[in-house]
Amino acid sequence: MRGNPYSILRGGWKALGTQAIVWDEYLTGPFGLIAQYSLLKEHEVEKMFTLKSGKLPSADVKNIIFFVRPRLELMDIIAENVFSEDKMHSSRDFHILFVPRRSMLCEQRLKEQGVLASFVNIDEYILDLIPYDGDLLSMEYESAFRECYLENDQTSLYHTAKGLMTLQALYGTIPQIYGKGDCARHVANMMLRMKREFAGSQNQILPVFDTLLLLDRNIDLLTPLATQLTYEGLIDEIYGITNGYVKLPPEKFAQKKQGEASKDLPTESKKLQLNSAEELYAEIRDKNFNAVGAALSKKAKIISAAFEERHNAKTVGEIKQFVSQLPHMQAARSSLANHTSIAELIKDITTSEAFFENLTVEQEFMTGVDTDKVNTYIEDCIAQKDPLIKILRLMCMQSVCNNGLKQKVFEYYKREILQTYGYEHILTLNNLEKASLLKLQTSSRNNYPTIRKTLKLWMEDANEQNPNDISYVYSGYAPLSVRLTQVLARPGWRSIEEVLKLLPGPHFEERQQLPAGLHKKRQQGENRTTLVFFLGGVSYAEIAALRFLSQMEDSGMEYIIATTKLLNGTTWIKSLMDRPESQIS
Amino acid sequence: MTFITANWNPLGEAFYRKSELYEMCWNLRDGLRDCLVAAAPYGGPIALLREPVRRSPSSRPQLEIYSASGVSIASFPWKSGPVVHLGWTVSDELLCIQEDGSVLIYDLFGSFKRHFSMGQEVVQSQVLEAKVFHSPYGTGVAIVTGSSRFIMATNIDDLKLRRLPEVPGLQGKPSCWVVLNQDRQTKVLLSTGSELYILDNTSCTAVSLPGLAPQGGSIVHMSVSFSYKYLAVLTDSGHLWTGPSHLQDKMSEVDTKKLTPPKQMVWCRRPKSQQPSVVLMWDRLLMVVGVCQDTIQFPTEDQCVLVGEMDGVRIISSTNQELLQEVPLVCQEIFKIASMAPGALLLEAHREYEKSSQKADEYLREIKEQSMLGEAVSQCIEAAGHEYDPNTQKSLMRAASFGKCFLTDFSPGQFVTTCRELRVLNSVRESSVGLPLTHTQFKQMTLQVLIDRLVYRQFYPLAIEMCRYLKIPDYQGVSRVLKHWASCKVQQKDLSDEAIARAMCAKVGDSPGVSYSDIAAKAYECGRTELAIKLLDFEARSGEQVPLLLKMKRSQLALSKAVESGDTDLVYTVVTYLKNEMNRGDFFMTLRNQPVALSLYRQFCKLQEQETLKDLYNQDDDHKELANYYVTASYREKRLESRLSLLQSAVDEYNKAKNEFSAKATEEEMRLLRFQRKLDDEKGAGLLELSLQATMEALLALGLYKQAEQLYRDFRVPDKRYWWLKLKSLAEKEEWDELEKFSKSKKSPIGYLAFVEVCMKSNNKYEAKKYVSKVTPEQRVKAHLAISDLDGAADAAIERKNDSEIATVLSRCSAADRLLIERLNRASTAKK
Repeated sequence: MRGNPYSILRGGWKALGTQAIVWDEYLTGPFGLIAQYSLLKEHEVEKMFTLKSGKLPSADVKNIIFFVRPRLELMDIIAENVFSEDKMHSSRDFHILFVPRRSMLCEQRLKEQGVLASFVNIDEYILDLIPYDGDLLSMEYESAFRECYLENDQTSLYHTAKGLMTLQALYGTIPQIYGKGDCARHVANMMLRMKREFAGSQNQILPVFDTLLLLDRNIDLLTPLATQLTYEGLIDEIYGITNGYVKLPPEKFAQKKQGEASKDLPTESKKLQLNSAEELYAEIRDKNFNAVGAALSKKAKIISAAFEERHNAKTVGEIKQFVSQLPHMQAARSSLANHTSIAELIKDITTSEAFFENLTVEQEFMTGVDTDKVNTYIEDCIAQKDPLIKILRLMCMQSVCNNGLKQKVFEYYKREILQTYGYEHILTLNNLEKASLLKLQTSSRNNYPTIRKTLKLWMEDANEQNPNDISYVYSGYAPLSVRLTQVLARPGWRSIEEVLKLLPGPHFEERQQLPAGLHKKRQQGENRTTLVFFLGGVSYAEIAALRFLSQMEDSGMEYIIATTKLLNGTTWIKSLMDRPESQIS
Repeated sequence: MTFITANWNPLGEAFYRKSELYEMCWNLRDGLRDCLVAAAPYGGPIALLREPVRRSPSSRPQLEIYSASGVSIASFPWKSGPVVHLGWTVSDELLCIQEDGSVLIYDLFGSFKRHFSMGQEVVQSQVLEAKVFHSPYGTGVAIVTGSSRFIMATNIDDLKLRRLPEVPGLQGKPSCWVVLNQDRQTKVLLSTGSELYILDNTSCTAVSLPGLAPQGGSIVHMSVSFSYKYLAVLTDSGHLWTGPSHLQDKMSEVDTKKLTPPKQMVWCRRPKSQQPSVVLMWDRLLMVVGVCQDTIQFPTEDQCVLVGEMDGVRIISSTNQELLQEVPLVCQEIFKIASMAPGALLLEAHREYEKSSQKADEYLREIKEQSMLGEAVSQCIEAAGHEYDPNTQKSLMRAASFGKCFLTDFSPGQFVTTCRELRVLNSVRESSVGLPLTHTQFKQMTLQVLIDRLVYRQFYPLAIEMCRYLKIPDYQGVSRVLKHWASCKVQQKDLSDEAIARAMCAKVGDSPGVSYSDIAAKAYECGRTELAIKLLDFEARSGEQVPLLLKMKRSQLALSKAVESGDTDLVYTVVTYLKNEMNRGDFFMTLRNQPVALSLYRQFCKLQEQETLKDLYNQDDDHKELANYYVTASYREKRLESRLSLLQSAVDEYNKAKNEFSAKATEEEMRLLRFQRKLDDEKGAGLLELSLQATMEALLALGLYKQAEQLYRDFRVPDKRYWWLKLKSLAEKEEWDELEKFSKSKKSPIGYLAFVEVCMKSNNKYEAKKYVSKVTPEQRVKAHLAISDLDGAADAAIERKNDSEIATVLSRCSAADRLLIERLNRASTAKK
């Protein structure tokens, strides 16, 4: 699935010569996953800049290529760049490459600004779904949830449908589509429509996916609010994973460089890539953090045993064999060292009282304890001026678990927030209300307990070490979204019709006709494959839960996960916040 | 069958045959006399411009267009100026070159397409002669003017007029001239009688014909071959010189013994010609002059026109049309009398076989003995391709098929292809279609072009049948034909919109590659907007519908189609368009009916036009959003007064939205802002922009306790939060006495453990101790531990008989606290 963005340039735009790329900053991360900088260098890319207003930095190149998302504000910046440039170098060629799609609106804007004619090429690089791992695709469309639920802007859904069409062009028509939620319905409608548009150009590819499941994020608002308790989830919660990389405080990693010990501690944070290509990480990423320690020490024993092997190596042949394994072993050892350090860092936090109290409150909410009263912990946190996002997460969680807050409680919280963190957050609170994350309890009936019980969202005896249920990812709470996925596979949604009706939006099933002769003849015991698409984002813990289901021996189902954005409660809430003062600058 | 060679005439080593293609369908009263005639190669159409019988100022000549078989396609009186020359372009368009140098272009059906001029000077000097020629660049026109100048355009679709240099001594028109195409350059070769010149872009060069006998005389006629490679020149002494057109060689020179100049002179050759020849036509005589010096003479009854083809010459008379060509070698070999070629033997074998004669076996054996059977089959197949008569084709193909039975590994490809191609050729040769293509021409022309020509002539059913028969992929075949059919159909004025739309849907259906929007665009071009809209409804891709709808000013429909597509960029495009097209009121109303478009436009306004956003909310009476808008706007204001007035507007809107909480919160904010300003003015406290909590914090830090207290009361701050705030603030400032006073002011709503912990945070164990005793029993252990008083903690834990507390204390003990550990352990066991 990985492609070289230069294939476009080399194929379509011949004889380019030296180039400088001006990046829309947001794109550098995702592009880093598919084209390394070194690769770009090989293709005569001499310089890379970040798009900003004013004059372009000087560079001795023939071509300037803008890699941008189709956004009006970026067009204005480009226009400014081009204007200030023209006077100095008249011989340069400008190109613009839209990611993921060309936009008439943007071209119109460039035309209005009077720079459209300055571009030798205007093209698009269709990059909807970016591979983040063997089983994980994300569009990294940060504002998708906000646009869909706050602003009624379905651009991201259009890109989703387009992306799914591309996926089907590559991996065959997906015969069955299930979905739950308004956005899911919209995407499915667009896909069916697009299929009609391409009528006649049927692809003759044996379908890789048996089922597509489209899930709206707003059918399960609870899950991302809860603190993820898998290893990867915690790394994301505490340090934030962006585009497959995490930045960690350097102190723990300092002493490893022997000989440099005398030097000062490094001040630059340690950047690590996290994906399943790293054997150890693949093994522990989805484990409950409480099981990671054991896994690491087991691994440590295996590795040191492997190193001990050298004493047993007697013949030249044996030594040679040992040496040939050395690079692999050394990589494993450094991987182990890294993850031991990370685990220590995390452990410092998870064993803290604050973390424990926070988790206790979360679990109380999830189990429905005292959700209709003002929670003293939240109150204390506000008094202590803890980070606002933390407060909002807890508040939203309480609201979701109580099917809305009682007016007194609701207004008390809101007043507390406005008085403590500032009146400007009234806009954020309004946003959260609009997204149903916070709401006033209107009916006296609270559905959440019904949903919790029917779908078994709370498992009292979650086994963290050797899990037998997805609830291990939150040490007791089974993510609703994943439970729905699990039920769909067996025994089917018909068994939970009542609960589905309690969740927002329609649920549906569509079938897509396959060309004759492409119907899979399934071998006995062969797994079915489902593509689960989370519209509005998915958390690492949910991914872990789905991976757990894939690995369950008797599930018979393999899951590939796709989403508009990889998120956690913090980044999610952040995307819904409005800060009027930031608009001043 | 036996007489296949009956119309063969030997010419040198080879044979020439003249076979009838059609009896002409036309009925020309006066034959081809006194008309301008233009017939296009590759079996193309024929145009006639006939002078009226009685010349009078009012009578006009008639322009008639026929298919190659003489079926009338169009006929209309010529109303424009006098025409000097007619010619056809490569895409079957008729060029009418007028005396004044303007060139009018008509399509096959006689409808005027466009015109261009050969230059202003020609209007004065007039065109004396003109020629239309074809080159790799397209169709060109060359003229010679009354002032003896040559003007040329090599491609009429990309018109660039070239005025060629003057020819020395030329008065009026030259005795004869031809257009040559050499080395990617178009040149004119002309003769003034005795002299021969080559004219190119820059120069006029005198040339001579190599080896022309001195008694040759002056040149009266010239002809260049179809491929521009060979030249034939006829002198007034009747000598015909032939040679390559680069004039460096001579092929032959033949004395025709004719002193009158011929009407027409045309090359007759074919690819791999054995015996190329030149055909000369006089009034009653047709003479084929071979390069080998041999000649064949045919008498002619009637006025004829010769049309040079790549592999022969067509002879069109008023009654019939014949093809004169050199018999292809393979046909000669098979049909030549007493031929022993393998193909001939195979044909004979098959003939005997059909008669159930054992001779069949003898012939077969003979071929097989020479291992020539494969060769024989190929020969028969190839010959069949060259034969025009379906019966001859059949007998050859049957023979081939028969021979194939005795071969094990003969690829059937050639056989199958030839069968298919012959069926196609036979059907287009039908008189009603009238495309007399030879197999060689067909191969040169390609199937694609043939289908295009059929489509252009509106033989849609035949074209579709052909595509299906030849299994051409829909995209290049049937769909392409349907597309043309559809765009022709929408121009039929006599049919109702409804009928056309229905017919369209029935025929085109969902054929891949047929774009309804293209057809609709065509309908719109013809002024049928309603039909265009109907057709657009069939278009599955909304992206395609929208631009045309906008062009047709159906903006509302365009908007709903854009919304339907889900492509937000498309919606934005329509919205921007509407915004510029409509007045504001209508624009807003339109948006109101399209919620998706409206919210997208709101998004746009949020980023680009804040003021419009307000108007939008106003229109929708969306008070809540309006209030939010004012709140946002207030933060953009630097002056407090304007800020407060915007907030007041927000309050009003929140009230209208029945959002009491927000209204009150906003009012509080206003109160806070006023308070902050007052204090800023009075004390320079720098409070503006701070939250209530931060304001109180700042006040406490400044020691303005009273003011802090006032805020605490005025804004009904919960006790707990205020106590925390004050506690921390006092500890930070190390105002220990003040703190103690505060602790005693009333019962702490946050308990006293908080006091202990905060004091310890400031490392003041002494102060912390003061509060330990006030802590509730449940927290006492914790409090003692906070001040590292293990003994106290132990006492408290033991007193409370609480295991987990005892354990907590134990976990804090070090080895040095042996006594304490024992005590705790005892207490623990005692309990059990």
